[in-house]
Amino acid sequence: MREFEYARGASLQQIVAGLGANAAIIAGGTELLNWMRLGIADPPRIIDLGGVDGLDRISREGDHLTVGALATLNMIGEDPLVLAHATALGQACLLAASAQVRNRATIGGNVLQKTRCPYFRSEVPLPWGCNKRQPGSGCAARNGINARHAIFGWTDACVAVQPSDPAVALSCLDAEAEVVGASGCRFIPMKEFHLTQQEAAALGSDGAELETRLAPDEIIVAYRIPVRNGARSAYVKVRERASYEYALVSAAACVELDADRIARTDIALGSVAQRPWRLATESLVGASPTREALAPLIQAAMSDARPLPQNAYKVTMACNAAVRALLTAAGQS
Amino acid sequence: MPQVLSDPSRHGDGSAQPSWSRRLAVKLRLNGQPQIAEVSPRITLLDWLREEAGLTGTKKGCNEGACGTCTVLIDGERMNSCLTLVAQCEGREVTTIEGIAGADGGLHPVQQAFIEHDAFQCGYCTPGQIVSAVACIAEGHARDEASVREWMSGNICRCSCYPQITAAVLDAARRREGAP
Repeated sequence: MREFEYARGASLQQIVAGLGANAAIIAGGTELLNWMRLGIADPPRIIDLGGVDGLDRISREGDHLTVGALATLNMIGEDPLVLAHATALGQACLLAASAQVRNRATIGGNVLQKTRCPYFRSEVPLPWGCNKRQPGSGCAARNGINARHAIFGWTDACVAVQPSDPAVALSCLDAEAEVVGASGCRFIPMKEFHLTQQEAAALGSDGAELETRLAPDEIIVAYRIPVRNGARSAYVKVRERASYEYALVSAAACVELDADRIARTDIALGSVAQRPWRLATESLVGASPTREALAPLIQAAMSDARPLPQNAYKVTMACNAAVRALLTAAGQS
Repeated sequence: MPQVLSDPSRHGDGSAQPSWSRRLAVKLRLNGQPQIAEVSPRITLLDWLREEAGLTGTKKGCNEGACGTCTVLIDGERMNSCLTLVAQCEGREVTTIEGIAGADGGLHPVQQAFIEHDAFQCGYCTPGQIVSAVACIAEGHARDEASVREWMSGNICRCSCYPQITAAVLDAARRREGAP
């Protein structure tokens, strides 16, 4: 890790000024410090968000929850308001990382974590191509080991997935990120916050580097999560170890029932694309919440999947995870 | 829509510009004693504890937050000291394995339980396991075997003493509650 200049930000105004002065933001630091060790980031300055008061607050205001960006994953996972009104988010937070990492990791930084692709997460100098690390150097995973990579939205330039658990729940729950920059405040829907490689390419990027709609001079300060009466949600994470492991696939589902039929449902899949992958769920309205009824409908909603040579298993596994998340949310499993 | 968190008037000490430093004097408490850590901003809490403060009980394993052997308590919460800059500890209370035992040198109940249950072989992960277990019990996450296995999963033991570690944590939790 190279030397850098450090400042403790006392206000959001100072944080935004720091961003304008080539600083990286540190909150928990669980990602940034590892990026600096690997050579993924090499900021000349770091500004500490930890001194800004009130940014870790979780509250209910009318028909939405507000979760401050500095709330840690453990705070959110054990918060009574979150457990009551955004169950999938609480579950996703507690299924992420380990107890001690979750005491540092914040929900603001969590959605900005980078892919776990092993070709990407290597120390400089990289012995292989990675367009995220060195634009134009190629994608070693495209024709290499890609069992954990994308089945939606990828391009030949990059096949990485976004590994965040909470981001999947936030997308499913129609949350919005409240972001602040030099030009003011705006809200970004979390289902549009991350970009697939195809979406990034359509915006004029090379498709590998650009990962979110957050501008370089902006910071996430909070999330607003709508609270809908009668809606229940759940998060299912499938992984190779029982705990402390990234997802092979995951699914968040939110459901409202009417006379034992699905009146509304939203489903987001995780670790299948570079953004939480929302499924079209119109066909599920009116269906009964049973495995037999739901599995073929969800399978059909995933018919545009484009698996890589080693990850066709993700199509079946993600479908089953979505069914299980929906049944759990509906109280049927 | 109320934009409570992003309202700039709620924050700030008046100055719009941050104040940049290449050297820091960080005031913190280490195992109950006031300390001033004079460091470069890039120094992690783990490296400072071991190289400057002389407390080598906290171990460096992976140095990337994956193994948990560097676990310390910061204001009573367990955290990976390899993922924490000293700069982020201003005003905090840091407790390492050296600060877990009683002031009279008597073993902490978790330390005693690790001995009684033979909960280590090589011992490299043990300081992190014990610090993590103290917090796990205080959090109320040592209810049964399943909860201990889940909430202690951030501490890797390559000798694979997990059954003994789980038994020791549960035993220490029961003793804390005063049960037989």
